Amino acid sequence: MITTATRAEICVVACAEAWRGDGEILASPMGAIPTIGARLARATFAPDLVLTDGLAQVIDGDVALGAPPDGLTVEGWLPYRAVLDLLANGRRHVMMGPAQIDAYGNANISCVGEWDRPKRQLLGARGAPGNTVNHATSYWAPRHSPRVFTAHVDVVCGVGNDRAAALPGPSARFHDLRRVVTNLCVLDFDPHDGRMRLASVHPGVTVAEVVEATGFDLGGAEGTGEVLTGTANAPTTRVPAPEELRLIRQVLDPRSLRDREVPA
Amino acid sequence: MTDKRMTADEAVSRVEDGMTVGIGGWGSRRKPMALVRALLRSPVKDLTVVSYGGPDVGLLCAAGKIRKVVYGFVSLDSIPLEPHFRAAREAGAVEALELDEGMFLAGLRAAALRLPFMPVRGGIGSDVRRNAPFLRTVADPYGSGDEVMAAPPLELDVALVHANLADARGNAALTGPDQFFDDLFCLAARTAYVSAERLVPTADLRQEAGCLHSLVIHRHLTTGVIEAPRGAHFTECPPEYGRDEAFQQAYARAAADPESWAVFADRFLSHPDEPSYQQAVDEFRAATREHAGGAR
Repeated sequence: MITTATRAEICVVACAEAWRGDGEILASPMGAIPTIGARLARATFAPDLVLTDGLAQVIDGDVALGAPPDGLTVEGWLPYRAVLDLLANGRRHVMMGPAQIDAYGNANISCVGEWDRPKRQLLGARGAPGNTVNHATSYWAPRHSPRVFTAHVDVVCGVGNDRAAALPGPSARFHDLRRVVTNLCVLDFDPHDGRMRLASVHPGVTVAEVVEATGFDLGGAEGTGEVLTGTANAPTTRVPAPEELRLIRQVLDPRSLRDREVPA
Repeated sequence: MTDKRMTADEAVSRVEDGMTVGIGGWGSRRKPMALVRALLRSPVKDLTVVSYGGPDVGLLCAAGKIRKVVYGFVSLDSIPLEPHFRAAREAGAVEALELDEGMFLAGLRAAALRLPFMPVRGGIGSDVRRNAPFLRTVADPYGSGDEVMAAPPLELDVALVHANLADARGNAALTGPDQFFDDLFCLAARTAYVSAERLVPTADLRQEAGCLHSLVIHRHLTTGVIEAPRGAHFTECPPEYGRDEAFQQAYARAAADPESWAVFADRFLSHPDEPSYQQAVDEFRAATREHAGGAR
């Protein structure tokens, strides 16, 4: 087995890390790499995570992406109505894919352009408004670019840190943005001002590339209010352990669907 | 005992211009497509459609039947964006009330329970409010300082749902893995029409449904029953059948271009009734199979 991880495999592990320490909650990944990541997390350091087949079945066991639903070990029934109630209850951590996201983590999946007559209609708000004010939320952006990481999102579906801070009384107390994983890096949020900052760059990526691909200023050192510059240093995202690579390649994604999301 | 059996055309003949119609299912899953096709054949217009949207919304948009869509999303699932809905939004041709999925559910519950609103957290801080300024928040009357959305009741004139199994009296079973919100659509509506893959005698319903818990559509909720084999086509209706992906792809491809759409509509949407549509689908399938065979 080639022991050097591909970028897609590094992204899988970076996504998996989002659920570390979450305990016995529902992990709801959107997209191939987050799904492999959630399954990897459960297969290794987060054994209590609850996962579904993406439909109404709660499934046990290490299941390959795209495996047929028959023959899976089903440990529960979780139709959409139950998911919508569970998310309001808070025992869930979702990873969604934004079309646009700004410095405070406000995310758009609804439409691009003017609301009354959008330039491009996308999915609609889906569950993003409810997810973000009820439980932990992370994001996955397979194409890190200034178009996605933009200073201004056209429709705020997922609520960002500035919007949450402006809500009255305790109404935003469950709001909890965790991390943003991209094909280039891992980002998180400065607890002091709620702005997005660089947590680590993937092996082979420079800080300058991340700055270049981001349409707003990323935060610098914690609490300083400084702006990240291309010449700054940053930690490197951890590479998959040999056992993680084996699980990804042989068990969780033998068809290499991860490479379609992040090509080598 | 009231026999509620009727044709799809009879059912939709009771839908009037300007009515609010709730459509069950989710995305491209177990949509009451035979009833939607009957709506397409009818002269009705200016509808407000309330739906976890899929090709039901797309087809009604393309036919100019819709004035306003109330939705959390509109998607074909395996094809993320619904092409006709997209085109209608991008042309400014339909009014849109876009809700969080949970707020949509809260609105259905408010209507079903005859309440003026239902509190729900999802929506606060988001642009759902900016895009629908009539929406209100409500402060905790018990003084915690908490403030949440007041989802307005999604009161329906008509609900349309598709079941796996029904009897002539309007009881129906949803036997697939997800029942979605179909029973709530019926509860939230003044009248409800349920189409079903097949009708069985009431005495056989429990046995044929396989599980008591699937019997969630009750006759006190329903106005009419329509037998519609493959009535969810081209959306999925498990356990009877999966989504017709080849057909859905042909639908989405055709929708991208007015000329192709005219050809598609002439081939599949100009039929006088459901059996004639299903026959056209059979011919499409045979041709697709032949094509696939030839390619091998």
